[in-house]
Amino acid sequence: MFKAIWRWIQRFSSPKYFYEMSARLIPWFAVSALIIGVYGLYLGLFKAPPDYQQGESYRIIFIHVPAAWMSLFVYMVMAISAGIGIIWQIRLADMVAAASAPIGASFAFLALVTGSLWGKPMWGTYWVWDARLTSELILLFLYFGYMALQSAIEDQRSADRASGLLAIVGVVNIPIIHYSVEWWNTLHQGATVAKFDKPSMHIDMLIPLLLMALAFKLFYFAMVLVRTRNEALYRDRNRRWVRELITGL
Amino acid sequence: MLKAYYYLLMRDLRLAFRSRHELANPLIFFVLVVTLFPLAVSPTTEALRTMAPGVIWVSALLAVLLSLDRLFKQDFEDGSLDQLMLSPNPLVVLVLAKVTAHWFLTGLPLVLIAPLLGLFMALPDESVEVLVYSLLLGTPVLSLIGAIGVSLTVAVNRGGVLLSLIVLPLYIPVLIFGANAVDVAMDGLPVRGQLFFLAAVLALALSLAPLATAVALRITASR
Repeated sequence: MFKAIWRWIQRFSSPKYFYEMSARLIPWFAVSALIIGVYGLYLGLFKAPPDYQQGESYRIIFIHVPAAWMSLFVYMVMAISAGIGIIWQIRLADMVAAASAPIGASFAFLALVTGSLWGKPMWGTYWVWDARLTSELILLFLYFGYMALQSAIEDQRSADRASGLLAIVGVVNIPIIHYSVEWWNTLHQGATVAKFDKPSMHIDMLIPLLLMALAFKLFYFAMVLVRTRNEALYRDRNRRWVRELITGL
Repeated sequence: MLKAYYYLLMRDLRLAFRSRHELANPLIFFVLVVTLFPLAVSPTTEALRTMAPGVIWVSALLAVLLSLDRLFKQDFEDGSLDQLMLSPNPLVVLVLAKVTAHWFLTGLPLVLIAPLLGLFMALPDESVEVLVYSLLLGTPVLSLIGAIGVSLTVAVNRGGVLLSLIVLPLYIPVLIFGANAVDVAMDGLPVRGQLFFLAAVLALALSLAPLATAVALRITASR
């Protein structure tokens, strides 16, 4: 029984099989991400009512919040698949982890940029040491550390395992960092900065926000598949299935 | 197992005491960096007191960071690390012994010299005491987390910057609570919460970091 499952997993997770399967999956993810994203943006930018305090400028939330959510989500995916790669030695999981890192870092960067653009009209300055922005910045540094370690080690397998371990250590640390930063912030800044507390949202704002979150997630799935395909081709460049694929023999 | 711990600890300490000049370097670095701040910012008592907790803690962080190399580098280069991994003793215990030795050689001296720096930075007496406690609880965490970072980067050529890139974000909670404890003590407020948090982080790091370091060492050795 277990053997059968194991064999199925191995077949399913072979880069060659993945390469063929993912080609069929990517259009579905990409197209649905596009449709839902456009619809969500339309609802968010034109249909949702302006905020009674922040006017129109709150609308950046439809990019900012999904990006921030995704930056955490991608880190979790990265750590979990790196863990799978270390424990069960599944190469595909290592590839997914390595392919996810730059995407997650981009989401974190996007969240920071949109956050600071939003900060300008709200706080009067592009950057304040707000707890959430600060933890997002630290998350970006964690991504940088992962990518730096990944690229510093030449041997692919140990690069995967070393940076995978770092990602797992990071996952243990993220809650500690997050809460200590939050605590630090309430102590130092709380009173001086007009903190924007999330009010319970109007349903017309919530629906486009959730649609955008879904679109971002689908977009990530499409992107991670594309990047993992590239990763598979690059890492297996000397194996037969890639050679057969390229030369058509 | 305890014997292995003891012997490895003694070996590391003895090796370190044979090259005494190296032993003093992190300490001198620590004092030197702290000295730069009054020169760069302002030597008035008021300014010194506002920045003292942060400056002392950041300098301690950097001093530990720069000394992390000593944890595994030499053993990695001359092959004794491989021998340690081949020994029948659990690697976690050996890692713990090496980290303990590292803390005795860098963390503890920093703790002991801290009152002097408190004097430099015009800290009131009661907060000097808190500074010592916070460093006493915080520096072992720095060594423990640093051990994970070094064991991952020890085989990388010129891994110094890489090491700080990996390790510094993980040091942030210790920095926040350590510096804040001193800050709060200066206002005469209770600091128990901060010190308890540091103790909790120490307990967590003590139980998890050696495991991660052992895994990391095996990864490094397997290439």
